[in-house]
Amino acid sequence: MSDITNQSLNEIIENVKTKKVSSTDLTKAYIKNIESAKKLNAFVTTTFDQALDKAKQFDNKPNFDQLLPGIPLAVKDLFCTENTKTTAGSNILNNFIPSYESTVTKNLWNNGSFLLGKLNCDEFAMGSSNETSHYGNVINPVGDQLVPGGSSGGSSSALAADLTPATIGTDTGGSIRQPASFTGTVGLKPTYGLCSRWGIVAFASSLDQAGPMTKTIKDCAIMLESMSGFDEKDSTSINKKKEQYSKNLKDNIKGLKIGIPKEYRVDNMPKEVDELWEKGKKILKDLGAQLINISLPHTKYALPTYYIVAPAEASSNLARYDGVRYGYRSKQGKDLIEMYEKTRSEGFGDEVKRRILIGTYVLSSGYYDAYYLKAQKVRQLIKKDFDDSFTKIDAILTPSTPSSAFKIGEKTNDPVSMYLNDIFTVPVNLAGLPALSMPAGVDKQGYPLGLQLIGKALDEQKILNIGYAFEKNCGFKNEIKKWWS
Amino acid sequence: MSLDKEKIKHVAKLARISVDDAKVESLTKDLNSIFKFIEQLNELNTDKVEPLTSILNQSLRSRKDEISDGKIREKVLKNSPKENEEFFVVPKVVE
Repeated sequence: MSDITNQSLNEIIENVKTKKVSSTDLTKAYIKNIESAKKLNAFVTTTFDQALDKAKQFDNKPNFDQLLPGIPLAVKDLFCTENTKTTAGSNILNNFIPSYESTVTKNLWNNGSFLLGKLNCDEFAMGSSNETSHYGNVINPVGDQLVPGGSSGGSSSALAADLTPATIGTDTGGSIRQPASFTGTVGLKPTYGLCSRWGIVAFASSLDQAGPMTKTIKDCAIMLESMSGFDEKDSTSINKKKEQYSKNLKDNIKGLKIGIPKEYRVDNMPKEVDELWEKGKKILKDLGAQLINISLPHTKYALPTYYIVAPAEASSNLARYDGVRYGYRSKQGKDLIEMYEKTRSEGFGDEVKRRILIGTYVLSSGYYDAYYLKAQKVRQLIKKDFDDSFTKIDAILTPSTPSSAFKIGEKTNDPVSMYLNDIFTVPVNLAGLPALSMPAGVDKQGYPLGLQLIGKALDEQKILNIGYAFEKNCGFKNEIKKWWS
Repeated sequence: MSLDKEKIKHVAKLARISVDDAKVESLTKDLNSIFKFIEQLNELNTDKVEPLTSILNQSLRSRKDEISDGKIREKVLKNSPKENEEFFVVPKVVE
């Protein structure tokens, strides 16, 4: 058989089911790819022996009725995996071996898949370029000087380079959708509460959501179906029946109303992003959808709001890293307080420290009302913008990012310019809505660009359907030369 | 508003992160540019807006107050940087 690793997850599953490939041969093919792709630095940990054991077990006693039969999967190193080191991209967790499994990865394994390795990411998922990881930059397979996006940069890089048939990431402000856009792949941030947060290293708990990253929309539906579902261990998990997203995928979008928000056209946006948006509108219109101009007037305040809410929650969540119960402990420090201070200073990187300090400050006595309370009020206004619009439309179409992938080091000296990368993705997290980034074209340098579909809460099926119809008519093909092997 | 070096050292103390004097300078610059960006929110009048405290249309569930787990001391202690059989060990706190 020709190289199986460049096929979609759905095609691979069919090939396993029809016994054209064994789980063992499939796993070996990915291991070979991973070993020749060390330059990309997408993996923090590999679990090849364990994966080959699982593949062998599957082949000896195959169950083809599962959603992910005998499929090896690498996942972002933010998901706790039982007995496999989980670092969150941080030095402070460089020796942390969880004794439990996150609910979403457990769901994937229960459907027949198994772990291939843990993927690099920005430290504690704080970053838009994978440059804040303690384990080094990840390279975008699109070009050897390009960032893969962040924070799920190891995930997007590994997926685009055929090092895993599909993967999962987490998205607090765009960490799935922006890397998907930068690598010409599909990424979905589900409705807040659809996928359990239990066992995922926490960043900002009111915004964090896990979601699939895949090569096609159909693959995305399969992965979402597998990983989602109610979990009593997550207090904000939504208790509803599991959906069959892949089975119910339809490409008829006739009559659907698509909102086009005027606020998503920003200053200095490259011409190609605008042209691509126009192309996307035309494709959906030609498929029978109706385009409706809408306004989301508080869009420009989403990013400033996010940079209060997210660091505030992060400063609380990251208080647990104290060098006492698990993780890194400094050798310095004469007393308890000094041990804490040295441990956290040596264990955290610069971006994480910046955000902890912002969060500590905005929550500190005398400043809470001016910052945190203000941000919660503006968050209400942002949510209301979406609520008002969704009374007259089915979904919203926007660009995913204001530019294509940038060069390593290009934005590291200016935190605010880095933050601006998430300008189109952050509002969705603040409002708890589902959003999909799908590849749509390339810019003049040949770098991929994505378009974003935003849905109502729990309307994942509809945005997947629109994406499915779009994908069939867009004609985008991700042409990545394997320069690294 | 602008953050000076003293204030940043104070916040770092609250956050239990030791910051070298050499780093305070660049941290001050970065945090001030971030706060300048954040303070765009002051353009908005939010006097009559209720703060959003939960994005979900559901209240938190309650559960029976009973033990569902336990007897996993070894597992809990397994990752500690320093342990003494049954305890987490920290630098001396009481003389």
